[in-house]
Amino acid sequence: MSTTQLLANRIRQNALKMVHRAKASHIGSALSITDILAVLYGEVMHFNPTDQHDKLRDRFILSKGHACVAVYSTLAEVGFIPKEQLDTYGEDFSWLMNHISHKVNGVEFSTGSLGHGLPFGVGKALAARTRGETWRTFVLLSDGEMDEGTNWEALMFAAHHKLTNLTAIIDYNKLQSIDSIANTLALEPFVDKLKAFGCEVHEIDGHSHELIADALTIISDEKPTVIVAHTIKGKGVSFMEKRIEWHYKNPNDEQLAIALAELELSHA
Amino acid sequence: MRSAFINELVAAAEINENIVLVVGDLGFGVIEPFAKRFPKRFFNAGVAEQNMMGLAAGLASEGFHVFVYSIANFPTFRCAEQIRNDVDYHNLPVTVVAVGGGMAYGNLGYSHHAVQDYALIRTMPNMLIAAPGDPMEVIACMRYLISNPQPSYLRIGKAGEPCIHAEIPEVSPGKWLTIREGYKGGVSYLTTGATLDLVHQLLNQRPDLKSYSLNSMPLWSMKTKAVQSQQVEKFEGVITVEDHLMDGGFGSWLLESITIRPELLARIKIKSLNAKVCGMVAKQSTMNMQGGLTVEFLCA
Repeated sequence: MSTTQLLANRIRQNALKMVHRAKASHIGSALSITDILAVLYGEVMHFNPTDQHDKLRDRFILSKGHACVAVYSTLAEVGFIPKEQLDTYGEDFSWLMNHISHKVNGVEFSTGSLGHGLPFGVGKALAARTRGETWRTFVLLSDGEMDEGTNWEALMFAAHHKLTNLTAIIDYNKLQSIDSIANTLALEPFVDKLKAFGCEVHEIDGHSHELIADALTIISDEKPTVIVAHTIKGKGVSFMEKRIEWHYKNPNDEQLAIALAELELSHA
Repeated sequence: MRSAFINELVAAAEINENIVLVVGDLGFGVIEPFAKRFPKRFFNAGVAEQNMMGLAAGLASEGFHVFVYSIANFPTFRCAEQIRNDVDYHNLPVTVVAVGGGMAYGNLGYSHHAVQDYALIRTMPNMLIAAPGDPMEVIACMRYLISNPQPSYLRIGKAGEPCIHAEIPEVSPGKWLTIREGYKGGVSYLTTGATLDLVHQLLNQRPDLKSYSLNSMPLWSMKTKAVQSQQVEKFEGVITVEDHLMDGGFGSWLLESITIRPELLARIKIKSLNAKVCGMVAKQSTMNMQGGLTVEFLCA
């Protein structure tokens, strides 16, 4: 198992324990993006856990703020926050609130209302461009979030201004909050739409670390990059995969034990 | 007011490389001096206010002081959540600039009437409202905001407003500016925004009101409520005047500010626009009169 796969496995285990302890929602959404986070933080991004404001760092924005346990867990694994802090998730007054919070060391931006991360990321990419700095901005969005017009506004702006230092990753797990994407507001032909908006688009398996790393590393000469990552909501825990109820449910003691055992097994 | 704004912005940008101007496809005939002088720090976000405000917050998070310029409701209500979540919550130096405050664009219809903007902005804990009453106050507010970058809302009129102040006044948040001292301890008008000119004219026309004082307050916010009661207590009566609805407006804000001193509450009178103007269409002066900002009403 590669380093990033080991990292992804630990992120998943932490995330499961956090939502179990806090009786919190959105574990399916967190498991869906874990491999992307493991590759970003384990291989692609430049960052400095001892200085969250390091000027040369790459910026990461989680626009689907409800999947925050995956990011908190990642930040603990790479050294931004102590691992013990994960135990406070969801407690009263914990910094680790249930939508991602900029008050946590290593988090650039609070979200929770969908459609805010990409415009903010466009601003960051524009700032780097204006100052002639070489760091990159990565924004991770959900597929349901693409219902928000702000994302399309932001893509138009990014393409018009040739923000090649901006990479949006869309977690295309095909499930929204109460039904599938297809039954809610169909995104297809999704890749064609994104291309028509002027983006460089890579369509990949969002759980293949090799493909994720490749897609994250390529930078177009003249277009912002969008990675359409085909993913499985609840990935890694058999009884959560592709099941909409795990957008809300949290595992009971027995389910947690089974989930962790499955992950241990895949780890071995 | 618009030219005072852009002149100050250009002057400040000459010495401060962090000043950026973002517009929402508006500002023809106003913003060109900045756009031509600093093309790398000028962005037209197009007709997409939510993205405009979000990207302004992103720029501000990297140390830029971003001025976001548009008309009336477009940089406020159209992107209210971006101001709330992205700008105010993250405490970022974005100055939302709305031209056409109040009924300045009265003929353009309800879409262009900014008569609820204070209500929206003043409920955000970090936002500082800057509502200058004349070009001198515009300059003073701009200099304050540029020296103290923070989440803020600058509400200006259009063009051609007269100067009431002889000099650029010293402004600070929550502080009243004395325009005219009447009878000590008597009644004072207190304006914010464009109604300064309206009341100033009224006092000039009416010798019987010579005992009345006139104060303006261009900078105010949730954070500056605490210092209002000691300014109110100097007068036996304070008449607030605003080109905004009473609900959520400036007078309401002052009343809330002095609830810690209930004995002062009866000293406040609020003169604001009657909600019947919502949906009416006419030029600014007509709209203000229709809304109740008439000589008779202001003296009552």
